[in-house]
Amino acid sequence: MSAPDLLDYSRRWPLRLVLASVGLFLYLPLLVLVAMSFNDSRQTTVWRGFTLDWYARLGGNLELLAALGNSLAIAALATLLSLLLGTLAAIALWRFRFPGLGLVSAAFALPIVVPEICMGVAMLIFFARILPWPAGLPWPLSLGPIVIAHVAFIFPFVAVIVRARLESFNRETEEAARDLGAGPWRALLDVVVPHLKPSLVAGALLAFTLSLDDFVITFFTAGPDTVTFPVKVYSMVRFGVTPEVNAVSTVLLVLTVALTALALRVQALAGEKLAP
Amino acid sequence: MEKRVDWRQAPGPFAALLGPPLGWFLLFFAAPLAVVLAYSFGTNVGVADIAISGTFANYARALEPVYLAIFLKSFAIAGAATFVCLLLGFPVALAIAFAQPRVRTLLLVLVMLPFWTNLLIRTYALMTVLRDEGLVNGALGALGLPPLPLLYTNGAVILGLVYVHLPFTVLPIYASLDRLDRSLIEASLDLGASHLATVFRVVLPLARPGILAGLLLTFIPALGSYLTPDLMGGPDSQMIANVIERQFKRANDWPFGAALAFLLMYLTFLALAAQGLFRGRRAEP
Amino acid sequence: MTKRFGPVVAVDDVSLAIAEGEFFALLGPSGCGKTTLLRMLAGFETPTKGRILIDGEDYTRTPPNRRPVNMVFQSYAVFPHMTVSENIAYGLKMDGVRAAERRERVAEALALVQLEGLGDRRPDQLSGGQRQRVALARALVKRPRVVLLDEPLSALDAKLREELRFELSRLQDRVGITFVMVTHDQDEALALATRCAVMHKGSLVQVATPADLYEFPSSRLVADFIGSVNLFEGRVRVDESDHAIIDLPEAGITAWLDHGTGASETVQIWLAIRPEKMELHKRENGAAPPVMEGTPEGYNVMPGTIADIAYLGSESVYEVRLETGKMVRVIRPNLTRWDQEDFTWDEPVWLGWHAEAAAVLLQ
Repeated sequence: MSAPDLLDYSRRWPLRLVLASVGLFLYLPLLVLVAMSFNDSRQTTVWRGFTLDWYARLGGNLELLAALGNSLAIAALATLLSLLLGTLAAIALWRFRFPGLGLVSAAFALPIVVPEICMGVAMLIFFARILPWPAGLPWPLSLGPIVIAHVAFIFPFVAVIVRARLESFNRETEEAARDLGAGPWRALLDVVVPHLKPSLVAGALLAFTLSLDDFVITFFTAGPDTVTFPVKVYSMVRFGVTPEVNAVSTVLLVLTVALTALALRVQALAGEKLAP
Repeated sequence: MEKRVDWRQAPGPFAALLGPPLGWFLLFFAAPLAVVLAYSFGTNVGVADIAISGTFANYARALEPVYLAIFLKSFAIAGAATFVCLLLGFPVALAIAFAQPRVRTLLLVLVMLPFWTNLLIRTYALMTVLRDEGLVNGALGALGLPPLPLLYTNGAVILGLVYVHLPFTVLPIYASLDRLDRSLIEASLDLGASHLATVFRVVLPLARPGILAGLLLTFIPALGSYLTPDLMGGPDSQMIANVIERQFKRANDWPFGAALAFLLMYLTFLALAAQGLFRGRRAEP
Repeated sequence: MTKRFGPVVAVDDVSLAIAEGEFFALLGPSGCGKTTLLRMLAGFETPTKGRILIDGEDYTRTPPNRRPVNMVFQSYAVFPHMTVSENIAYGLKMDGVRAAERRERVAEALALVQLEGLGDRRPDQLSGGQRQRVALARALVKRPRVVLLDEPLSALDAKLREELRFELSRLQDRVGITFVMVTHDQDEALALATRCAVMHKGSLVQVATPADLYEFPSSRLVADFIGSVNLFEGRVRVDESDHAIIDLPEAGITAWLDHGTGASETVQIWLAIRPEKMELHKRENGAAPPVMEGTPEGYNVMPGTIADIAYLGSESVYEVRLETGKMVRVIRPNLTRWDQEDFTWDEPVWLGWHAEAAAVLLQ
């Protein structure tokens, strides 16, 4: 009853036209990319027949695989650290009154709005001049600068998401826990953190994506032996059209779609469980 | 009711909670930017050394016509991309917000999916379609038309920015439309307004905060974008970020690059402040 | 009219004729289809089957913006980005009314709902009651054939609700426009409407004046929904044109009614007696039942014990347990300042009611 046909603008033809063209605009390039990854030709337009050749070559491209491994390791570490720091920040700013509360809240929003290029050059200078990262450290310690840079710009995103969830927290449940004998930390762990669960899942997904996706900041922090996946693909694209990029992009696209589907599923399940 | 606890009542937990994030922020965000700020007042001494001399020469140089033109061009390109995003994004958000629940979820996922997809891959995919031997020119050729130089132009950069940032425009507008009390729209129809009049007189004014947020979320990253102009632009479509990158990676003029970076940051804050003002004024009765 | 949402039948073959100038109420519990019916009148839903005629003209497929019908929404739906005057002028602007006339009519409407001088206010500076008046003025200013009101007073607090009830009724009297109101609040419907339709599960159960709904309900459903009621299962023993005798096994008595029932002796019937139409009498050990006018024919008494008392100030509500175990509710007005002390817990009493107090229900 709440969704009357009258307001269902998605059924009116002018909006259908806009939806269709935007859909085409967003997805046609990706579909072409996927199709071309199976094309038996170095040229990108002409269809010469089906092949899995590019995928086979992918397996042999050790540099690309190493870059992918770096990216995944960085994303995993950055996600963990960002989740921890972001949650701490959100709870601290939600719970306490202290001089400079407004200032700190505003400061934590800065990494979200500061242009990536500015953060990139700041990290470049920082790790070149202020805190030179020792060369020759074993993997994954060698990835340190990139992880540090990623956490610095990602944890505020997590803090925003967790903070939003805290708004819906019923303080009396925590007081009930205290009343029943839990200490302050125990109450936090037993009552507040479970309430935050959906935001932690959402925050982790966002953190992982942001880290895996980041090119500019990584571009300025990566050394010759800490090339990440986006940086590697960038150099391949710059170098010229190689059908291998089509193939690796397709793999990543499929992975993204699968992960998104999984995330939606998890969120739907979590939502069902949380709903009384 | 004051719900916050004074930090002096629990200094231990307060420090344990706020310490780590604040420390990380100061050490790995504030300090690096402070160094950039310091360098922007510095001069190159020799090949690798920079003396913080307190000079304004870098900023003066940034305001020379050549660089001023680049700032203006960046503004124009980001502005054009934002405008196109709004033109496409508002109707899309409108359609999503009022669709049946199932359709709405599907459309939302379709809009969000590119956002979860790697930026570089998306840019590369768009390039594949636009290049001289790409799909669009292939279609033109099949119609017997000469190929158009689509890639490596300012237009390509704008299109690329729209392609990458459209979800950022749609989502905040969608969120504000979703919160909109539907009976307001029904009231407008009930009082004799057509659907179009209702959109302009009721929906648009009420969705203003979402629209402003969407514009800002699109404009700010577009203004500082590096990858799209780098890959899709021609020699004539360099934006600020590309010039900054050149100072650090090729020209090796860090002080000048630092000054440019801070100017870009100030511009970003200016855009934020302008939005805040705009919103504040409207909120007043 | 019929309206289906997928497999759900929200409004099931409802037929209604509403006269010009009436204040008509659609009454029913939530989910009974009354709101859907109202939204079909407004044009927000299209009937699956059936027609909507206003003055003989068919408006079934007319979009809401071209109907001579205006609505006062439950949330009022006052446009928050417009002033009070702009809100009221909106519909006139949409009709292409000239600015000068618009100003005049807005001023008139403001005066009508007693909001003079508040035209330049923004909705967030208004109280709930004032916002409701803006919504009313906005609908009335267009001079529609019908004004629809969706739970018009439900968002207000109890005191204000009572005040506005009278005002709304006076207003409707003055403008003479047909009002159709939807409400789940029976007091609101009884107080405001000239006629009410009780809806249940998409169907009309009874259409009558408020007094008829209360005093002469057509079914247990209506009797139970409007006000509170004591229901007794029974069977007709004697049925004449001027009286009837009915066995009430639940009450343990045979009751005398002063009118015929028209029910056959084989079917089950129900007697509905409102709590305020029952009387309490002292019952001392061995004492005879009270003697009233018409006793024993015409006054029914049954013995019981007071189980519970709720003192409500203006009246007291007594829960009385009959000797059969059935609980009966009696309302007794506290006419003097000591009336509430007449009866106490666990006191044996006689419950009495007149032969004309009961309504006979066949369904």
